[in-house]
Amino acid sequence: MAEIVIRNLRKEFGSFTAVKGSSFTIGDGEFFMLLGPSGCGKTTTLRMIAGLELPTSGEILIDGEDVSQRPASQRDIAMVFQMFALYPHMNVRKNISYPLVSQGVPKAQVAAKVAEVARILGIENILDKPVGGLSGGDRQRVALGRAIVRNPKAFMMDEPLGALDAEFREHMAEELRALHDRMGATTVYVTHDQLEAMQMGDKIVVMNHGVVEQFGTPQEIYDHPATMFVADFIGSPAMNFLRFEGGFRPGETAVTLGGVRIATPELHEEAAGRQLVLGVRPEHVALSDAGAYRGRVEAAEYLGTTQIVTLSTAHGSVKARIPSGHVARVGETVGLDFDARTLSVFDAGTGRAFRTAANAGVNHG
Amino acid sequence: MTAYSITEPSGRSKLVAGLLVTLYTIVTLLPLVWIISTGFKSGPDSISYPPKVLFEPSLEGYVNLFTTRTRVAAEEFQNLPPPETWYDEIVRDQGMVIAGPSRFGERFLNSVIIGFGSTFLSIFLGTLAAYAFSRFKVPLKDDLLFFILSTRMMPPIAVAIPIYLMYRELGLSDTHLGMILLYTAVNISLAVWLLKGFIDEIPREYEEAALIDGYTRFQAFRKVVLPQAATGIASTAIFCLIFAWNEYAFAVLLTSGTAQTAPPFIPTIIGVGGQDWPAVAAGATIFLLPVMIFTILLRKHLLRGITFGAVRK
Repeated sequence: MAEIVIRNLRKEFGSFTAVKGSSFTIGDGEFFMLLGPSGCGKTTTLRMIAGLELPTSGEILIDGEDVSQRPASQRDIAMVFQMFALYPHMNVRKNISYPLVSQGVPKAQVAAKVAEVARILGIENILDKPVGGLSGGDRQRVALGRAIVRNPKAFMMDEPLGALDAEFREHMAEELRALHDRMGATTVYVTHDQLEAMQMGDKIVVMNHGVVEQFGTPQEIYDHPATMFVADFIGSPAMNFLRFEGGFRPGETAVTLGGVRIATPELHEEAAGRQLVLGVRPEHVALSDAGAYRGRVEAAEYLGTTQIVTLSTAHGSVKARIPSGHVARVGETVGLDFDARTLSVFDAGTGRAFRTAANAGVNHG
Repeated sequence: MTAYSITEPSGRSKLVAGLLVTLYTIVTLLPLVWIISTGFKSGPDSISYPPKVLFEPSLEGYVNLFTTRTRVAAEEFQNLPPPETWYDEIVRDQGMVIAGPSRFGERFLNSVIIGFGSTFLSIFLGTLAAYAFSRFKVPLKDDLLFFILSTRMMPPIAVAIPIYLMYRELGLSDTHLGMILLYTAVNISLAVWLLKGFIDEIPREYEEAALIDGYTRFQAFRKVVLPQAATGIASTAIFCLIFAWNEYAFAVLLTSGTAQTAPPFIPTIIGVGGQDWPAVAAGATIFLLPVMIFTILLRKHLLRGITFGAVRK
């Protein structure tokens, strides 16, 4: 297993730049998520690590060795593709043993290794079947088997759950995570599904337009988004953005929206007379009659234990996730309380989060 | 009340379809039946009018196809020892003796060498080129592909004279190599285009998986792409072989001796007092067999190949 270091990685396809100077480190044994909308450069990044694309510039270090210009076959990594890419003209056993055959492993050893992998994945009963008739889950397991049979330095997974039915995804996600925990293998996983990334990842890189927006643990990224893009992309419903004009000085612990002071974490930067955005997660909004900041209830969606209440305020629409016991009548004007420790303040121009006491340790891009 | 089904045709439409198919089959098979039966007729039967549908079968045509015969003087004919073999006997019945084997065997072998040789070469080069066009960033790719296709936009025979002159200069006239190269040149555009389509349909991920599994690009091509392109290769090979096998015009123009193929040879089979139609028909029948066998062997692939990519899988 290995640590993977990415330094200033860049990839251009003609005049289009798919990845613009990414840098991050994937720790040994980490389950690492590359997250972003389609076209953000996450798959290109993965393919560069795998050796299926060569970077235009920058370095990829696997176990301290620069492999950025080496072909895939010399990198000792395994990959699981979205469509699994099982060799259709071979049966399950042949598919799984194929990576070993390329290395000239003796036959007896191949058989033993395949049997072991089949046992780990619970696919011993389908070893001699052609891959054509397998169910999605079994194909997935065979693809995983082909990846783990070789004990590679790292696993690359390109949306491996993307081709599965919704109900089966959850199950497979758990299986994948359990497999990872057992093997402790460095895994790089590409997904556009923020829930999947949060659920499975040790670390997440959020990319957009070829740029790394933020790099950190799921909790850091959720609680302290480095940019408005991340704040909006992660979480459902997304973070509320209250747009206002104003400023603050380092050390202040509140911002003023329409004459109402709203407490925030201690601000470490200075801003004056600028377009600003106050970011607040729906679950950090509470409705109270006393609250000085007012909003009008527009709609309420019942979700079982909680409900999502949509309110219109002087600074934009706000969604609040509150216990479903609370009665919110449409048309009513209520007060909004925000959980001060969790608020983010963004620069509306650049989308960047201002440094505060809360996000001081967060890795920005 | 009539029950309608959108998947099951009604009895009447099945009947109409069956009749049409039968009619079509009769129309297309009739020339074939004519040729095959003529091959088994005697000389007079083959030219009798109205044509004989029922006749006494004879192997005269086949014997004449493979032999050259000569007439001998009447008294000499009387004194000949009795015929040793059944084909001697057939020739004697025509009042002649066998002088030696004909050239049909050679010509047939030439057809096999040139037909299969050029098919192999077309497929070999075509697969490599198609793979490159399908997978790599080739500069001016679209223009090159169009250029390759454009070689088929005129009948190949339109360039017969330049090719004739060129081949004479290069010493390729009437050689196996010359004919193989010529048929390959004609077939390669078809092969590249057809095979590119087939290879385009094979997801790149298969090769990428092989590359990551530790194989080189060429190994991935050979062990992962080729087996999956087998269907396409088979159907392309059939098209290439049929062209090379049946080609007549260039064969007449460029071959006469050593490399002459069967198509220009068969019509020149002359018997006593004119065209030996049973022998010509016998030659045509034998000539049909290799392509027929080849096609039947690859039929399963052919059908899949023709409908390949028609339905999203």
